[in-house]
Amino acid sequence: MRNMERNLVLAAVLLTISAMPALAASEDDYKTALAAAESAEKQADALRNKWTTTEAQLAAAKKAAAGGDFDAAIAAAKDAEALAKASVFQATSEQERWKDMEIR
Amino acid sequence: MRVRAIIFSAIAALASGTLACIAASALAAPDKIDPSADAKAFQKFFTDKFPKVKYEDFVNGPYSMNEDMRRQWEEKEQFPPYEFALEAGKEMFSTPFKNGKTYADCFANGGIGIRQNYPYFDEKEGKVVTLELALNRCREANGEAPYSYVKDEMASLTAYMAFTSRGKPMDIKIPNDPRALEAYENGKRYFYTRRGQLNFSCATCHVQSPGERIRAEVLAPALGIMNALPIYRSEWSGMGTTSRRFVTCNSQTRAVPLEPQSDEYRDLEYYLSYVSNGLPISGPGARP
Repeated sequence: MRNMERNLVLAAVLLTISAMPALAASEDDYKTALAAAESAEKQADALRNKWTTTEAQLAAAKKAAAGGDFDAAIAAAKDAEALAKASVFQATSEQERWKDMEIR
Repeated sequence: MRVRAIIFSAIAALASGTLACIAASALAAPDKIDPSADAKAFQKFFTDKFPKVKYEDFVNGPYSMNEDMRRQWEEKEQFPPYEFALEAGKEMFSTPFKNGKTYADCFANGGIGIRQNYPYFDEKEGKVVTLELALNRCREANGEAPYSYVKDEMASLTAYMAFTSRGKPMDIKIPNDPRALEAYENGKRYFYTRRGQLNFSCATCHVQSPGERIRAEVLAPALGIMNALPIYRSEWSGMGTTSRRFVTCNSQTRAVPLEPQSDEYRDLEYYLSYVSNGLPISGPGARP
């Protein structure tokens, strides 16, 4: 009988946990993601090779965060970071590769 | 016998060492900057690629590549869309500043028929000076506020100055100054470097694909592309300066444009103008 009660309690706890919504992202998580994106974009800026799409995603992240939607803000910040890193890679690899296209 | 073998192997080692040194120095040697050879190769590339286009016609951009567009343009030229800018520019050019001086006081030959000499390398400053930059410096030296590099006033002024130079061959000089060669080389690097999310360089459109369509537009060849500036663009419903052209080209590749008249854009204009030396000034131009 005791076992049955214990099982019922356990089942109730499990049901409660599964019915709870997934934990929303926090403002701290957003700040971390934004800092990483801005750091990568700073490198792109130093190489004079920022992309408009990175800037757009950074703006979208800030707008979503201002509206309290940290899930969307983090997603946009991560996109911005990936784009900024791609632009840094482009600028770095083009330092020599541009010569391949030169008319000689 | 043994001595001979040792001598042979010593000679072989010395020879291979020498060859290795020569190969290493050839690899390590930086490319020599030779603008004259570059210009010849650049011009040959386009004349080989488009053997039917008359050499002087390259300055007419897409109209030299597409017969239908050319016919439309020739009809449009009877009442050219840049005419208003030309008239405004002429009036602005001759209107005195508040101090009584005019633009003519800032330029050789009173500013008439000199477009083909811009940009030039200023050895005092150690940098390239474009016509747009020189015009704003003239304004500031005479107590006037500078114009925006991408708006109508600057386009009108340069349109008038280009018009007074029509038919004159582009004549850009590179003085014997390492800084001038460096500026030229930087311009060349900018021209060929891919940028923006679309991974385009200037050359992607204007070397690899002139005459091809990119959406509704027919791409212009890089040869002579500066000679037609400034231009009236139907897409813009207005005039555009060289600065505006560079800024929009960058934006179209999803790159954040640089500041108008940044060192990079000045050097790019220097390079592109130099490799078009000898081709006539045709500006102001009109483009779709």
